[in-house]
Amino acid sequence: MNARAQTYLWVAQRASAAVLALCVAVHLATMIYAIRGGLSAGEILARTRGNGAWLAFYSVFVLAVSVHAPIGLRPVLGEWLRWRGTSRDLFLLALALALAGLGLRAVLGVFL
Amino acid sequence: MSNLKVKVWRGSAEGAFQAFEVPRRESQTVLDVVTYIQRMLDPTLAYRFACRVGMCGSCAMTVNGRARWTCRTHIDSVLQEKKEITIAPLRNLPVIRDLVADMREFFDKWARAKGQFQGRLSRNDDFERINPGDPERVQVDAGIECIGCAVCYASCDVVAWNPDYLGPAALNRAWTLIKDQRDQKKMARLRAVAGDAGCHACHTHMSCTERCPKHISPTAGIAGLKRESILAFTGKSS
Amino acid sequence: MSGTLGKGHVGTWAALVHRVSGILLVLFLPGHFIALGSALEGAASFDSFLAWTQQPLVKFMEWGIVLSLAAHLGGGLRVLALEFLPWRDWHKSLAAAAAAGAIAVSLAFALAL
Repeated sequence: MNARAQTYLWVAQRASAAVLALCVAVHLATMIYAIRGGLSAGEILARTRGNGAWLAFYSVFVLAVSVHAPIGLRPVLGEWLRWRGTSRDLFLLALALALAGLGLRAVLGVFL
Repeated sequence: MSNLKVKVWRGSAEGAFQAFEVPRRESQTVLDVVTYIQRMLDPTLAYRFACRVGMCGSCAMTVNGRARWTCRTHIDSVLQEKKEITIAPLRNLPVIRDLVADMREFFDKWARAKGQFQGRLSRNDDFERINPGDPERVQVDAGIECIGCAVCYASCDVVAWNPDYLGPAALNRAWTLIKDQRDQKKMARLRAVAGDAGCHACHTHMSCTERCPKHISPTAGIAGLKRESILAFTGKSS
Repeated sequence: MSGTLGKGHVGTWAALVHRVSGILLVLFLPGHFIALGSALEGAASFDSFLAWTQQPLVKFMEWGIVLSLAAHLGGGLRVLALEFLPWRDWHKSLAAAAAAGAIAVSLAFALAL
């Protein structure tokens, strides 16, 4: 991967971080509010079923995480596990797709 | 006053700490201690120094785990941290012998970051006029006092973890040149310092800023390089 | 990794907390997504999962994840400030601010449990 591509990765990382700062703030506040007095599937699903706004919000959240987490993990793998080169980047691409896939499945799971 | 108990690294990559006892004196510096050992106790000890007054950076070593200029480190301040003194060569550089580190890779990276000024005027032209209050010049001035002592390089965790990383001094130098209105190599230099081996590998531990004896903040310059790199690759290429 | 850490200064600790919390989060997320996806099979299957989360050890780990998320957010805001805001000497204190914020959030979560 050349310096140009690595620069784009850094930009994507910071951009997704900014999006996630908002998403995480909302998510933490929501969770703290929602789990008071316990949490049941019924309660969660009552909030999320058919709710387009939550669908949109969590879809954006999942996609931002799918960008941010693999790029964030990349230097950790390179610096602490000495894993560099194409195989590392292919693994991270697979991770991104897995997070996006599992995440969007979960979002649909509580929406439908 | 009683004697100081000092442990000094002997050998190169392989080796061991050797213990010495050194008479305690007032206003003694770590360099004084090393000099005493070499002159009075063991002439085979290898170490570097030059000016002894905090201007050249040659005497930089690791003292009680921290990279510093030994000529400007008083024994009093070191003893406040720990009662014993351990002296080793600078980290992150190959050891030639005892307390002497091989600085070549440090300066090679300086060159790889294109740390050389490239002007456009000749001796026949008038001087370039630079306003010292200009915000860009102020940023440059904050970084130009670097004397290449490698204390920042020795303190950087990313340098330890990533052998290709250019390091804080080289990147700080690149920053001062990129921001210099006279310099002609801005784009080429930005491309040289971007990527996994360059500014984007900095994780803002800020050890460089914390340890620099000239109070330079390479972290600030590296952050600037990150911002400027967006231009290098998405703006007009030259 | 041994012996190379810039000894005991706050920026190194902030960066390490940021990194370790990020690693914990990325290990946690696939499980989180799979569990929520079990809602696709209906509320009953989801409820049985939620029953499992009532165990004290799981609750403790949940709290750990919330703390990691808050700490990672705090550390991330510190990095964004250092990289994009005009440089100021008090930026060292950002690490403290990030830590304080993270602890506050995790306390709120703990109280809500």
